[in-house]
Amino acid sequence: MSVQKVQVEQKVLNENQRIAAELRERFRHSGTLVLNLISSPGSGKTTLLERTLASLPQELGVAVLTGDIQTENDARRLSKFGFPAKQITTGGTCHLDARMIERAISDWDLDKIDLLFIENVGNLVCPSSYDLGEAAKIVVLSVTEGSDKPLKYPSIFFKSELLVLNKVDLLPYVPFSVDEAMANAQKTHPGMEIILTSCTNEQGLDEWMRWLKQRMAVAKGAVVAEV
Amino acid sequence: MHELSIAMSILEAAQRETALRQGAELRKIAVRVGELAGVDPEALRFTFEMITKETEFDQIELELDTIARTHRCADCGAEFAVKDGEFVCPRCGSSETSFLRGDELEIAYLELEEA
Repeated sequence: MSVQKVQVEQKVLNENQRIAAELRERFRHSGTLVLNLISSPGSGKTTLLERTLASLPQELGVAVLTGDIQTENDARRLSKFGFPAKQITTGGTCHLDARMIERAISDWDLDKIDLLFIENVGNLVCPSSYDLGEAAKIVVLSVTEGSDKPLKYPSIFFKSELLVLNKVDLLPYVPFSVDEAMANAQKTHPGMEIILTSCTNEQGLDEWMRWLKQRMAVAKGAVVAEV
Repeated sequence: MHELSIAMSILEAAQRETALRQGAELRKIAVRVGELAGVDPEALRFTFEMITKETEFDQIELELDTIARTHRCADCGAEFAVKDGEFVCPRCGSSETSFLRGDELEIAYLELEEA
């Protein structure tokens, strides 16, 4: 009997990684900008998406996948804007994975989709480990939460390109320091982009829309450059 | 709490590797967990023990190697662990640094007993 050490050097989630890489290639080919929105429950992801969908032109190809442990409520809310919205109910799982996305988009024509929002299950921890083939992760944090969230949940803040600091209309009523939250985000992720928004008084929504349009132009440009 | 599905992925991947070597028995799995991986090592160990307890995998040891967030200085090349969001190079004081490692979640090696 002998004990042998075998070098493996393999990602634990390499099956998810493989599917995500395939998805990313498909999205790149179709020029679809895919954004993965992650936050704790109740930060306002769905409301932000409602506001966004309401102001996007109908001729734009937009679609939404929304993940929850139970209920079709979010898909119902988001399908009122004339764009396809599909619910992924995970039945207990605390995150979306790449295979769920692959399955959910199987009957969609990606060439007709310019912008795909994926609203992840409300959770700041688990979704950060699963690549969905997105172009960017976006973390949404609301001012009713703590400004130390970026330090407590470094993984998701590190992996997200953009921080949407939401519900800023409530700032007069809550002990939340925007400066502190922004400094903590920069500590976890130097150079992180940050947009302050309120879906109630619409503050910052124009800046958010500009960010989206700029990213969509990049996604389209990548396809044009290839042709 | 996704550590359960991660523990199962680790066990499955290790079994696949072991099956490639006839007659080999899996004794130990060494996993690297970066501090930015979004995985709690304690919870991972707990769930791994939970799924292997009183099964044929009962004797498999799980070694967890925690990897600190490490940056490299763009000016002097020093590598240093980032603590409390402090990105200034401890050797030359430069603040031009880039992420090097600390977000991995990977199986480093296995120990197999061969007949």
